[in-house]
Amino acid sequence: MDTALLALALVPFVGALLPAAAKRLFGLAPAVAAGATAVLALGLVLWLAPAALDGGTTVHRWEWVPSLGLELALRWDGLSFLFALLITSIGTLVCVYASGYLEPHEATPRFYGLLLLFMGAMLGIVLSENLLVLVICWELTSIASFLLIGFRGHDADSRQGARLALLVTGSGGLALLAGVLLIGDAVGSYDVSAVLAAAGTLQQHPLYGWMLGLVLFGAFTKSAQFPFHFWLPHAMAAPTPVSAYLHSATMVKAGIFLLMRLYPALGGTAEWFWVVSTAGAATLLFASGVALYKHDLKGLLAYSTVSHLGLIVLLMGLGTPLSEVAAVFHLINHAVFKASLFMAAGIVDHGAGTRDMRRLSGLFRFMPYTATLALVAACAMAGVPLLNGFLSKEMFLTETLQLRELGWAGLVFPAAATLASIFTVAYSTRFVHDVFFGGPSRDLPHEPHEAARWLRFPVELLVILCLLVGLFPGATVEPILRAAAGAVLQAPLPEFTLKIWHGFNLPLAMSLLALAGGVTLYFYRRYRGGLHDYVPAWVQGKRLTEAAVAFVQDGARAFWPGFDGERLGRYLFVLVFFSLLVGLLGYAGAPLVGPRPVQPASAVDVVATVLLVLAVAATVVLHRERLAALALVGVIGLIVALAFARFSAPDLALTQILVEIVTLLLLLLALRWLPNRTPRVALRGRQARDAAIAIAAGAGCGALALAMLTRPVDTIAGYFTATAPGEGGGYNVVNVILVDFRGFDTLGEITVLGIAAIGIAALLHRLELGRPALDPLGRAWASRRNSLQFEVVARPLLPVGLLVSAYLFLRGHNAPGGGFIAGLVTGVAVFVQYLARGATWVDERLPLNYAHVMGWGLAIAVVSGLGSLAFRHPFLTSSTPTFELPLLGELKFASATFFDLGVYLAVVGTVLVILAELAGLRRQERG
Amino acid sequence: MTASFADLAGLPWAAHWPVVPVLLPLLFGTLLVLLSRASLAVQRTVGGLAMLVHLGVASALVALAEAGPPLAYAVGDWAAPFGIFLVIDRLSAWMLLVTALVALPAWAYACAGEDRGGPWFHALFQFQLLGIHGAFATGDLFNLFVFFEILLIASYALLLHGANAARARAAVHVVVLNLVGSALFLLAVGCIYAAVGTLNLADLAVKAPAITPEDAGLLQTGAFLLLIVFALKAAALPLGFWLPPAYAAAPAACAALFAVLTKVGVYSILRVYTLVFPSFEPGPEGPSGLVLPLGLATLALGAIGALAADRLRPLAGHLVLVSIGTLLVAVGTFREAGYAAAVYYVAHSTFAGAALFLVADLVARQRRTLGDRLDAGEPVRQPALLAALFAGGTIAIVGLPPLSGFVGKLAVLQATSPDAERVWVLLLVGTLLTVVVVARAASALFWRTGDRPTEGKPASRLASAAAAGCVALLVALTLAAGPAFDYANATARQLLDRSAYVEAVFTVPSLSAPVGGAPHLAEAAAVAERGFAPTEPPAPAAASSTASPAAEGER
Repeated sequence: MDTALLALALVPFVGALLPAAAKRLFGLAPAVAAGATAVLALGLVLWLAPAALDGGTTVHRWEWVPSLGLELALRWDGLSFLFALLITSIGTLVCVYASGYLEPHEATPRFYGLLLLFMGAMLGIVLSENLLVLVICWELTSIASFLLIGFRGHDADSRQGARLALLVTGSGGLALLAGVLLIGDAVGSYDVSAVLAAAGTLQQHPLYGWMLGLVLFGAFTKSAQFPFHFWLPHAMAAPTPVSAYLHSATMVKAGIFLLMRLYPALGGTAEWFWVVSTAGAATLLFASGVALYKHDLKGLLAYSTVSHLGLIVLLMGLGTPLSEVAAVFHLINHAVFKASLFMAAGIVDHGAGTRDMRRLSGLFRFMPYTATLALVAACAMAGVPLLNGFLSKEMFLTETLQLRELGWAGLVFPAAATLASIFTVAYSTRFVHDVFFGGPSRDLPHEPHEAARWLRFPVELLVILCLLVGLFPGATVEPILRAAAGAVLQAPLPEFTLKIWHGFNLPLAMSLLALAGGVTLYFYRRYRGGLHDYVPAWVQGKRLTEAAVAFVQDGARAFWPGFDGERLGRYLFVLVFFSLLVGLLGYAGAPLVGPRPVQPASAVDVVATVLLVLAVAATVVLHRERLAALALVGVIGLIVALAFARFSAPDLALTQILVEIVTLLLLLLALRWLPNRTPRVALRGRQARDAAIAIAAGAGCGALALAMLTRPVDTIAGYFTATAPGEGGGYNVVNVILVDFRGFDTLGEITVLGIAAIGIAALLHRLELGRPALDPLGRAWASRRNSLQFEVVARPLLPVGLLVSAYLFLRGHNAPGGGFIAGLVTGVAVFVQYLARGATWVDERLPLNYAHVMGWGLAIAVVSGLGSLAFRHPFLTSSTPTFELPLLGELKFASATFFDLGVYLAVVGTVLVILAELAGLRRQERG
Repeated sequence: MTASFADLAGLPWAAHWPVVPVLLPLLFGTLLVLLSRASLAVQRTVGGLAMLVHLGVASALVALAEAGPPLAYAVGDWAAPFGIFLVIDRLSAWMLLVTALVALPAWAYACAGEDRGGPWFHALFQFQLLGIHGAFATGDLFNLFVFFEILLIASYALLLHGANAARARAAVHVVVLNLVGSALFLLAVGCIYAAVGTLNLADLAVKAPAITPEDAGLLQTGAFLLLIVFALKAAALPLGFWLPPAYAAAPAACAALFAVLTKVGVYSILRVYTLVFPSFEPGPEGPSGLVLPLGLATLALGAIGALAADRLRPLAGHLVLVSIGTLLVAVGTFREAGYAAAVYYVAHSTFAGAALFLVADLVARQRRTLGDRLDAGEPVRQPALLAALFAGGTIAIVGLPPLSGFVGKLAVLQATSPDAERVWVLLLVGTLLTVVVVARAASALFWRTGDRPTEGKPASRLASAAAAGCVALLVALTLAAGPAFDYANATARQLLDRSAYVEAVFTVPSLSAPVGGAPHLAEAAAVAERGFAPTEPPAPAAASSTASPAAEGER
């Protein structure tokens, strides 16, 4: 049993892949594959039927995500059975019908695949024991419906209808999700069984109103209840098999299914009664009235569907046991007669080439068979005795009369029901009379013809069902109805008998009044105008929704450019502004200055500081003069270097100076290819704003620095100074930190340099820049080489630079220096050669691939770090073995020196890659 | 080799696991730099080998992280808190696996042609992975900064790869903003170091709770500024406006890989604010209280941006922003269910973003005249394939059933149910708006095409397979949601159990114990012995910080 149930849930999804796979076999293969899948599913339903018909409930579970309460739990009871039967049987018939309906050129594998996908999702809804899985399948039906409505995507109505349906039903699905989550929170489980058992908890819950509202919003959008009904008529742009299947027989009943499923848990309260029954009654009355004024056959049927859904919802809302039974009964009957009517409409469309009732007339002559079928089905819809629709309508009318305790308000429901019944009879009459009777039609696109065998067969079957149920309800529908209604009520069924003749009573009188009134209305009404003649355009749901979407979208488009696009200044402003804000937030209330006394400032300190401030201010003022600004930045760098030296950080000072030199030179080189002045971009107002934020941010940084420096916190630095000479094997703590304690950081930083180098190389690789003909002062560029003096001076700089590098490198572990600094010195030394003699000259004499030098540097650094693994120590562990060498004596050698060599090479490589690429630009320009 | 011998003679080989994910991309990247003159075929072979190795390593690390407590590794053999530590716990291993899984199709997509832009592509790709792996593996705040730099410079270089004007402009934006971010990072690190005196995350976790009120402002400012930096990395709005133009301009393979980059920011928030800062902050006023509002802002503004988008690639970027917002909302709950949701969602968001960028590129390439503009007209060359991939990617990222986006969103909704009003409304309305946008885009791209034949070329098998691979990852993540959530829940519990992390770091066997038995060892042993008690400030740290002002006064 559990296997069959699981198979039932999965068969359509697996089958959805078959039509595409079978595409190449023969023309109808996709249809056959889909039909076979549907038949298989129907067979499973019938095989499982006995378990449901005896009133039992079985639940089978397969774990999915237990911690979220997501569980593939399947529930098999009378209600699941009824819906599964409708879904699979009508699905089978629709597959048959579609095989005759679709044009051969239409992408049938996609169509059948989507149809089966929908069937699977819909089965998922009705079989779910887990409410979350129900929501998943719910949204899946929305997606499938979107894709099926838009099946003929080249048609604008299809696309709009598809999007509208997705928007409305999708939002309902999201609301349902929220509702289900609230219910799950309150109950502690998403199991249907647990929720049904917790009716008391739910109805007394403070959030009951929210739960009910969200669930009802989901149900009403899906089941097209007023005022969310408007998507359904537009969904009629779908191919007719889709309309028959999704938009009348099954999907639109998902909302009603939900009401039925949760009725024992949420129903029976005053809120339920008023909201559900009012929505149902309004929908019933409104839609049946509108249906009469639709000229399109499918439009009429769409509104008729809406009104019948309203009827069922009204019955659900009344909340008496018998009204629930009547709801289930009418749901069955509606599915049967409405599906057949849609199919008949499709046949007319197919045979006559139009669905417009103003053009159609007298088709009985051409398609008597179809006309008879449609006549019977329409009578069932109108509630003519001896047909199935009559039985459930009688029950409905009876139930509307049971509201005596409401006083005069109780009269509203029977009055509305009678009025709606009059409309129903009228539009049913119109459906039949306008199309099949009257004089012969004149302006049809082509000569009407009777439908093909496969188009008619499903209609015949359904119409026979209408008759059988109408004539022998006890033998045909009663067991199913009892099982389903029992599952809805979760309680013993009330006494009722299904029979055609209940004697002369008020409901019968209302029925007869409706029949007489409806026929009269049809023959005396004026319907020449379309509905839009009566209703202003702006109250139409589609217009309103589209306007709302357009409004939101326009709003977004108007709002967005403020953020999007090429506004670096604004991004920066936001970033700095937020940093300031949260910085202030974080510091609020804490003392700024710590207990450590502030050192007295010497005169030199003051002068340097003033110079620094002046240089910064000058940079800001002169920032558009690029050359001057660059020079000023160099000044700032030098003062910073001096500050490092002043506060006993010779390594930092050395590094800073060298970095300043290298970056200055590279920038100067780059400036040759750029305009000499930065164009003015900022407006004055923005400049003031930016200045304010910059000054504030600077003040913030200064304040933080003051706070940091005046706090005597016990840091890990003491350990480094204590351990460097012994464990680290060097007296220069900075260098030992760089290559040993935090060598891993250094490895990362030289990798950054290396990446920057190849990034620049990749960027400039194929770049060709034309050199401006004149220099910024309007003079022509000199074509001769650099000055002889410079060449002469530069030449010996290389060996000297290399020697200094070697010296700095070797002493680095114990005195200021090290691989990084040495690498910069070497880089500058080679750099000067480029400046003095030009790229070609140097490249000829120094044929090195600098990127590979950088790569080797990285490789040496990594491999030296890996060496310690061989000695079973972690990566980058250093050791300081002492060697006895002949002549030199004892030599203490830190293994970190290898690492430092890697750093050296990486730095040299990086500097020269950038240089060579910038120089390469010049070469291209010459060549 | 017996265990006893391993104990005596050195580390067992297995102890080196945490450094492997950092070393491998560095080695492969270096090798590829040296191979820059070799043929593209050679580079692709090495790159492909690297990608497979990364996947294997990440899977092994997940298995290891599942099996036991966090794995700590003392680089350079310096004991905590002095050396740099790498720590692989469930969260890091998961992030590494997610990275490896998404990097493989991204790389494969690049091999379909984008790697021809210059000689360094494959090396840069490895360096990008180096930065990502390092950020996930490190247990040191300054080292995290270093890996952020690697990330940044590598992404900059990749953005400029095969540069055009739009790419260069977007890249400049990214790099300038992120350099400001780096400066802020340094400032934040300075604040934290000045207040606590250490940057080792485990050590910070021990010492930060014991901060004196005088220093708390400095520490909290550091924590706040750090959050801005991480939020910038994560592209949380209003700081993340750079993302859509940058990702739209990037080569598709890089954009797909960049889907992980933003997750580095989210990961860092999750790591630092669960491990270091949870106990001293008073509540929603503290730095981590900003995460939820940032997430909601990102969600809302991302959805607005998606509505306004008129091209597919920026639309994809905005959808990614929405998913980042959702992710930050999950993180911002700062409770176990939220962490678990975030762990699952982070994988989903990464895969979905990558899938979307690859599909968008395929669409753009097959529409000769329209490119990725969301205008009707020219059809794509392979409508069935691309529509299916597009459907998969978009259904996932907007969070519709049945793909992982829905499962993840469900988890986020459940985790946020106490704050249901403001969070649910935004999450659900955001979903609805993005559904509308995506439906409109699908309609324009695949339905409103007219009968005009396209001149676009069909996608190469490799490119289609790469995009399909990303969608397949989403499907797999959905089907395996059960085991994935088992892992995520355990990860959430591990994040809350800070003592395990601290203990792992402080009990790494240090063979070269400093001469003279430095005091930190005693402290580490004490921490290991008593475990971690967030409410009780550890004695040594408290003593030192209360004693020092007096000592300072004497000087």
